[in-house]
Amino acid sequence: MSTTTARPSDMLPGLGRKIGSLRQERRWALVTAYVSLVIAAVVMLAPPVYMLLTSLKTSAEVADLAGNPWMVHHPTLENYWAIIGNPMFRGFFYNSIIVTVAVVAVTMVISVLAAFALARMKFFGSQVLATGVFLTYLVPDTLLFIPLYQIVGGLGLLNSIWGLVLVYPTLTVPFCTWIMIGYFASIPKELDEAALIDGANWMQMLTKIFIPVALPGIIAATIFAFTVSWAAFVYPTAFITQPDSMPLTIGVVSQLIRGDTFAWGQLMAGALIAALPPVVVYAFLMDYYIAGLTAGATKG
Amino acid sequence: MASDSNAAVLAARPVGAPAPGSAMKRFARRRSTIAFLMTLPLIAVIAGLVAWPAGYAIYLATLNRRMTAFIGLENFDILLDNETFRAVIWQSCFFAITAVLLKALIGFWLAHMLHHIPAKGQRKWRGMLLVPWVIPPALSTLGWWWMFEPSYSSINFLINAIGFPSIPWLGEPWWARVSVIIVNVWYGAPFFMIMYLAALKSVPDQLYEAAAIDGATGWQGLRHITLPMMRNIISITVLFSLIVTFANYDIVRVLTNGGPRDLTHVFASYAFQVGVLSGNIPRGAAVSLFMFPLLAFIAYFVLKGVNQRNKEMA
Repeated sequence: MSTTTARPSDMLPGLGRKIGSLRQERRWALVTAYVSLVIAAVVMLAPPVYMLLTSLKTSAEVADLAGNPWMVHHPTLENYWAIIGNPMFRGFFYNSIIVTVAVVAVTMVISVLAAFALARMKFFGSQVLATGVFLTYLVPDTLLFIPLYQIVGGLGLLNSIWGLVLVYPTLTVPFCTWIMIGYFASIPKELDEAALIDGANWMQMLTKIFIPVALPGIIAATIFAFTVSWAAFVYPTAFITQPDSMPLTIGVVSQLIRGDTFAWGQLMAGALIAALPPVVVYAFLMDYYIAGLTAGATKG
Repeated sequence: MASDSNAAVLAARPVGAPAPGSAMKRFARRRSTIAFLMTLPLIAVIAGLVAWPAGYAIYLATLNRRMTAFIGLENFDILLDNETFRAVIWQSCFFAITAVLLKALIGFWLAHMLHHIPAKGQRKWRGMLLVPWVIPPALSTLGWWWMFEPSYSSINFLINAIGFPSIPWLGEPWWARVSVIIVNVWYGAPFFMIMYLAALKSVPDQLYEAAAIDGATGWQGLRHITLPMMRNIISITVLFSLIVTFANYDIVRVLTNGGPRDLTHVFASYAFQVGVLSGNIPRGAAVSLFMFPLLAFIAYFVLKGVNQRNKEMA
């Protein structure tokens, strides 16, 4: 076969050379790609790695200016034991868990119900409301925290984790509703018609069809609500000043940094433990995480 | 009441005539009632926790410090006369624009590089490069703070190792500004990378093949295929990130807390300082309201971009 088929380079002089250069160009592109990615990965991972290294050092080793700070000579877990043994830190963790679980539950109920209504039941003002959801998503928390400070204070919920449960939905509900509208809208209409013919009511349609079919979207939205409430910083910084009610983010940043000599090892150990839950969720559910991240712009 | 109006409707219809679509109508009415009830919690969140506070902020900003008297726009006036606040405006804009441009460029570059390598390796790299986005920024900034710490700076150690003098990262205003931008870019670039990677994957390969047959170079492919196909997603992410970066608080609070000499304050951190820490709530509200016109302006274009994209995808 190969003898009878004329190769393109035989017919067009010069094309062979072009193909050769193209191959070389591709190889160079690949080398550039890997070099860029390695550099980027080193830069992106350096801070967490350095936090980990510091957390494994004794205070004496952290304070030693002579050595290479990027090396650990006598790795120890004593910082981790110390921070886990600290009742204040455990309190932060506990507060974070309560607030996050409550906010995720509230958010998912509100946004799944609303998204179902907005995606399937056209009603007076539904279009305006959908746009309103998107616009509220664009309102940053730093614009709202001062009036909310007054409002939460008026309700007597300053220094209470329930004040946080009240205001965190402003961070989570708009985006979760927005991506759930996208997921629900992509479910074929034939499915709800079939359900209606079988005599299902709206609630059954939602729980028996929409939620199971849009489960990937629900997982993505749940992950989003979880990471956002876990990482929230502006509201707790503004509303919580007593260590008993602080969640992890502000607790680690404000309470573990006290006095002139920072216990850097413990501080880094605390920050890493605090960052662990979202990282674990990400490690196991990366695809859902990324789907949620990109859904806002590609699905909505 | 409801039964009265039902009776009226029934009475209005000629007796004995069939009720065309009345069951349907009732069904529709029921449906919209259910829909309204289902969206009620959402409406409560939007109205009670976003719209009302936003309006309340405007009212607050017109009060005096003790919140006893209406003083009109005086808070805004005082702020604009204040040198520190003018520096805040400048720093916020400088910070947001520089950081977003860098994030977009680095994100685009990385997405492109990631798109070029064989598909089976992409997942691993993507997983590694997205790590900064996953860690709560307040906590990762703590790590950066420690890396910038003057006497133990591990970054300066590396800089010294290649023969350059130490950099006063957080001590000198310009370097402090650079530090804040570095941390923000580190945190945000992976987000751009993921968005652009998703967009790159949606560009059909045939376009590049056709262009290659026509003898287009890689650069021409980028310029005339990739960029036009991604124009919409690029503008949405840039505008969205501009809002988020402009309103950023975590990084400045943890890294510099506004210092040195209040020169790295952005709107959010300055509003916090004035409103919550110094207890001048009305003036703090006025500071954060300065963000509003710009955010509204950007939001308008984001919405336009998203609607346009929906039309294209439909």
